[in-house]
Formats: sequence, C-alpha cells, structure tokens
Amino acid sequence: MIRIAWLVATKDLRIEARSRVLLWQVLPFGVIALLLSGLALGPTRAGTSTLGPGLFYLVTLFVALLMINRSQALENASGTRASVATLGLDPAGVFLGKALALTIELWVTGVVLLAGSVLVLHTDLLHSLQALPSILVTLAALSAAGTLYGALTQGGDGPATLLPVLTLPAFAPLLIAGERSFSAALQGGALWQWWVIVVVAFAAYTAVGVLLYGVLEES
Amino acid sequence: MSKGFPLLSGVDLVIDRATLTIVTGANGAGKTSLLRLLGGLDALTSGEGRVAGIDLLDGDRRLLRRRVGWLGHEGSFYADLSARENLEFAARALERPVGEVAAALERVGLAHRASTTTKRLSAGQRRRLGIAWLLVRRPELWLLDEPYASLDDAGRVFFDGLLADVLAGGATVVLSAHDALRSSDLESCEVRMVGGRVSAP
Repeated sequence: MIRIAWLVATKDLRIEARSRVLLWQVLPFGVIALLLSGLALGPTRAGTSTLGPGLFYLVTLFVALLMINRSQALENASGTRASVATLGLDPAGVFLGKALALTIELWVTGVVLLAGSVLVLHTDLLHSLQALPSILVTLAALSAAGTLYGALTQGGDGPATLLPVLTLPAFAPLLIAGERSFSAALQGGALWQWWVIVVVAFAAYTAVGVLLYGVLEES
Repeated sequence: MSKGFPLLSGVDLVIDRATLTIVTGANGAGKTSLLRLLGGLDALTSGEGRVAGIDLLDGDRRLLRRRVGWLGHEGSFYADLSARENLEFAARALERPVGEVAAALERVGLAHRASTTTKRLSAGQRRRLGIAWLLVRRPELWLLDEPYASLDDAGRVFFDGLLADVLAGGATVVLSAHDALRSSDLESCEVRMVGGRVSAP
C-alpha cells in the first residue's frame, strides 16, 4: 500500500510540475480572489484583519475544489482509466497517494495565500505564522475528504460539477474549525479544541478513504 | 448494461488459450463492450462467464484486470508524462524491472521519443506506446480495441510480427476490427457481432 501510495503521489506531483497548472492557473486565481476580497472590504487595516481567516479559508475552498477536480481528471482522461485499471493498483494506496500529492499542492497554495493575506488583508505576520501548523493540518484533512469525494463525482458518469455541493457538508466542519483556529491564533485564544476537530476529521476521512476508495473506483 | 439497456446479450463464446480471436462488426455492434467485459473493465450483470479461471459475475475483477492488457483506441496514458515515465510507472506498479522499459521502447521504434511527453506524440506513436506498455506488462490476455487504427503500413507489419511472438509465447489475443484482417498471415478465429449479439462465431 505504501509503495503504491508513493508511486501515485510522485506521479501526480511530476505531472503537476510538468503542466504547471498550480503555478500558472490556480495560484493566480487564488491570489486575485484574495486581492478582490481585500479591495471589496476596503483598505481599513483593522476591519480587514478580523475577517482575514474567513476570507483565507473561503479562497482556499475555491482553490481546493479546482485542485481536487484536477487531481481526479488526471485519472479520467480518455483511455487512461482503462489502461491504469489493468495495473490492478491497490485502491488504498491510490487513495493515499492522491491525497498526499493533493496535500502537498494545497500546502504550497496555503503558504502563498497566507502570505497574500498578510499583504492584502493585513493579518499580523507573527500570529499568522502561529496559525500555520493548524492550517497545514486542515489542508491535509481537506485533501483526504476531497480525494474521497472527488472519486465519487468523477467516477463513472458522475458530473464533476456535483463536487462543490457534495463536499460542502464534509468541508464545512473543517473550514469552521480551521477558521476558528486561525482566528484564535490572531487574537490569542485557545486553539486546542479546534485542533481536535481537525485532527479527528483528518483521521476519519483517511480511514474511510483507505477502506472505501476501491468501492468508489469500481462503481 | 447501460441505463437499463443491455450492451451485450446472446453472447456465447469460448476462446482457447494462445489463440488469436478477431471480433468484427459495425460501429456500435458491441465489440468494445465485449472486450471490456472480458478484461473485467465492465461488470457482467447477468449470465455467466469465466476468464482465466475468474468468474465474471462475482469473481475478483481487480485480480482479473491484473492479468489482462488493454489497448484502447483512445490514448492510454498520462498526457503530461513522457513515454518513458509512463512505462516506468507501469513497470514499478507491477514490480517489473524498470530496465525493460528501454527495450520495449526500442522494440516499438520509439526509443528516440522516450523523453517526449505523450501529448506531443502522434496518434500512431501513441498506439506504438500502447504496445510498449503491453510489452512491459506481459499480460496473459491481450485485449486490443482496433489496434490497427492509426498504424501505417510498416506499423501493421510490425504489429503482425509482434502478435505472432505473443501467441508463440502462450498469451491469448482478442482484438476488435471492423472487418477481418486482410493482410495478416496469422491464424485466427473470427467472431462477428451485430447489435450486441454474436452472429457468427
């Protein structure tokens, strides 16, 4: 399982490095969305900084949906699905590999958007850095859930446009916990209860993915 | 089944090991559906069937798929990976020596395009890459969906030679084509399909 996970993750990351979709399409979109949010709220530093965590996760949600669709589309290109299916890859390994690659891509995105929120939304730099670990764990949980739901909507005849609707109930607790954790870091509140939610969700989605990804692939 | 409509029905077929079977028929006759069923890529919803000893109705289709090789008429690869990287992915997935990749590319005449991303290859070169993919995989059952499409005359001659080697090696080949092979000297059995049924085994 670990061998297949590593194989799939390195393949996805190599494709990403080669196609540069994240660099030239997704990241610019995220930065522009963040910039527009800042402009819409006005330049008042205090006003925007309190909204920073929410806007950060809103833009992260948009970017994550794009990346999840992209991750699954790689496997569903014409003919690829059938050829790769005949390799008989361990579905748990495929799930872990795709979730790992997506996590790394979202981590890169998260760091860029965090820097963007400091510059555009004027969130405090040091407090934003304190929030970074919770952001990374939240993005890992989003990746696990997104990989699972991505397979659900991309497999067979499932339309990819269903992804935002289907993932929202799964993403909502993660986004709320992430936003609360980020806000707590900015305002000096307690973080641990939000950490617990995110870590438990990460473990749950990973476990469900390992167990059910094969069923989703077959369906 | 597709939206309640049976893709195949009345298919009664026995294919012997190490033989070449050519499934012919017009567009929509069910050639690709039959090949996908044989490879465990689609599920059998009723009736009975066994491929390589694995039951198509309730057997382990994942296990079956590991034993078949599929060459579709679309591209079969990750478009942003090079020819070599695609084959290395398959080799590593199946724990085959990565060294076989270079030999496979050499054999299909793609050694000079090994570093080219698949999306930059021509249709004929992608077809050759698909053949190289099968050479690396060495499956027991080769399922080839219109393999002669996009191949030039030299490619067809090469492909016939390859099929002869594959059959001599004990593998079974089932390929689809609109008509029976015209140029090939290979001994084969033709299965003609019409409207999802076998009309002439």
